[in-house]
Amino acid sequence: MDISQYKDVYVFAEQRDGVIQNVAFELLGKARDLADTLGEKVVAILLGNGIKDKAQQLIASGADKVFVVDNELLKDYLTEPYAQAITQIIQSQKPSIFLLGATTIGRDLGPRLSARNVTGLTADCTKLEIGENRELQMTRPAFGGNLMATILCKEHRPQMSTVRPGVMQRIPVDNSRTGEVVDFAPNFDMAKINRVKLVKTVKEEKSVADISEAKILVSGGRGVGNKEGFQKLEALAKELGGEVSSSRAMVDAGVMEQSRQVGQTGKTVRPNLYMACGISGAIQHLAGMEESEFIIAINKDKYAPIFNVADLGIVGDLHKIVPMLTEKLKTMK
Amino acid sequence: MNIVVCIKQVPDTTEVKINPQTGTLIREGVPSIMNPDDKGGLEFALQLKEQYGAHVTVITMGLPQADAILREALAMGVDRAILLTDRKLGGADTLATSSALAGALRTMDYDLIITGRQAIDGDTAQVGPQIAEHLDLPQVSYLEHLEYDGNKTFTIRKQTEEGYQVLQMDAPCLVTVLASAVKPRYMSVSGIVDAYSREVEVWNADKIDVPEERIGKAGSPTSVFKSFPKSLKPAGETFEVSPEEAVELIVNKLKEKHII
Repeated sequence: MDISQYKDVYVFAEQRDGVIQNVAFELLGKARDLADTLGEKVVAILLGNGIKDKAQQLIASGADKVFVVDNELLKDYLTEPYAQAITQIIQSQKPSIFLLGATTIGRDLGPRLSARNVTGLTADCTKLEIGENRELQMTRPAFGGNLMATILCKEHRPQMSTVRPGVMQRIPVDNSRTGEVVDFAPNFDMAKINRVKLVKTVKEEKSVADISEAKILVSGGRGVGNKEGFQKLEALAKELGGEVSSSRAMVDAGVMEQSRQVGQTGKTVRPNLYMACGISGAIQHLAGMEESEFIIAINKDKYAPIFNVADLGIVGDLHKIVPMLTEKLKTMK
Repeated sequence: MNIVVCIKQVPDTTEVKINPQTGTLIREGVPSIMNPDDKGGLEFALQLKEQYGAHVTVITMGLPQADAILREALAMGVDRAILLTDRKLGGADTLATSSALAGALRTMDYDLIITGRQAIDGDTAQVGPQIAEHLDLPQVSYLEHLEYDGNKTFTIRKQTEEGYQVLQMDAPCLVTVLASAVKPRYMSVSGIVDAYSREVEVWNADKIDVPEERIGKAGSPTSVFKSFPKSLKPAGETFEVSPEEAVELIVNKLKEKHII
């Protein structure tokens, strides 16, 4: 492979029901930064059905060029038609870098693309930078978040990476930016596409706001104990105008739903306030919340690792402190 | 029906602790376990076996000590266990790992290949879909429910951020499974006793159908450039006070930060 033929920073612009996902804009922000360092272009790939008019949003958020594949086969995400369309773009355009969101879609599509194009894929990167030899340095947590590792993809292109939602920063929208929109028409191999049939897509009405969007999170761990314990946290969250989240322990125990789980196997959150109640602070949990603006920890065990990342630590019984705090806040209104 | 489940031995990362003085990893005494998502996948295979009489094989690529999780799988009820181990396979990234496993699978009969969604030591979720690609199989990842029509069609419920999708595909195919989807059975007592007298097949790289340049370090497009301990921000203040004083401290901080 002659890697000198490969250039530009490509972003998979994930959309669902025609709505471009935040992670796509965040990736464009990072791609802009990388492309400016390299003196190359930012190119977005937008796949879907009836989505061509969305391309301008990508340009306004940093793309110089958008490849649009508008086809009814791409209306809902399915591995094979998406992999076919993108592979044909990769093989004809030769991108140097290709970024995807680490969503259920990106984590399904990314590995399939890496194997099809025989190149490397680094998952869940928290930092992307250009090195001395113009290579992409991809840094990610390793060993369950205990160590950071910087990964290179030296002799294969594109250099592929997934990034979790909420990790990179988008650039301010500039509607005066201009760019090129290119319609791309791939040849679909229907025999392969027809091997998987989508029967239905079900959206579950979630009473929950997405915890990764919440500005205030009251989060509970093993120390909360049970559903009754979480009711105390819910009362406090309500008073603060926030949401309740959870450590993995309480999800595994069936007390909390998985969609509220913070951490390595859950969601990455970055609220203005993270109140960790009865959470010891396993490294996997810290990996998902330590970028929070302000962290308050309440725990009985003064040696709990959560205190190493807390801005304010309280050694004490959450079952007493949390209800008292809720009452106090009520009286202050 | 032939089912092959790919499993991995991993350090139980929930047991990993950090030395607060040095910020380094305490590796001693960290137990090795069967990766939870893989164990969920194994449970699905065993349920299909009970309902439809499938033959279930487990395979792992790893060091010789990965024998332990294969014995565990035998004790849970699988029919055949394979340990793929060879120095030539060492230093593999996900692509080289998936190439090696696909090379092993090419020599076997399968209708359904099951992997875990991801391993807790890497969290990449890549090896399952990459195996499917190497073998030119359709795949559905993030499986949380599986139905089989007894003939050749699988109906799969796939978890998404907003809810779920229902998808159908025919054998041969591959699925990646979520641990939370199912409660794996315990090893049976007689199974544990038998597991140690049963054969674990040990395969080396010569036994699999894949070119050498696609496996191990040579077959890995990615490499680690450097690794370093995570820089932790300096800890704030911790107070051991009465609940009343604690509430006071918290309220003052929330005011100071303009949160209330």
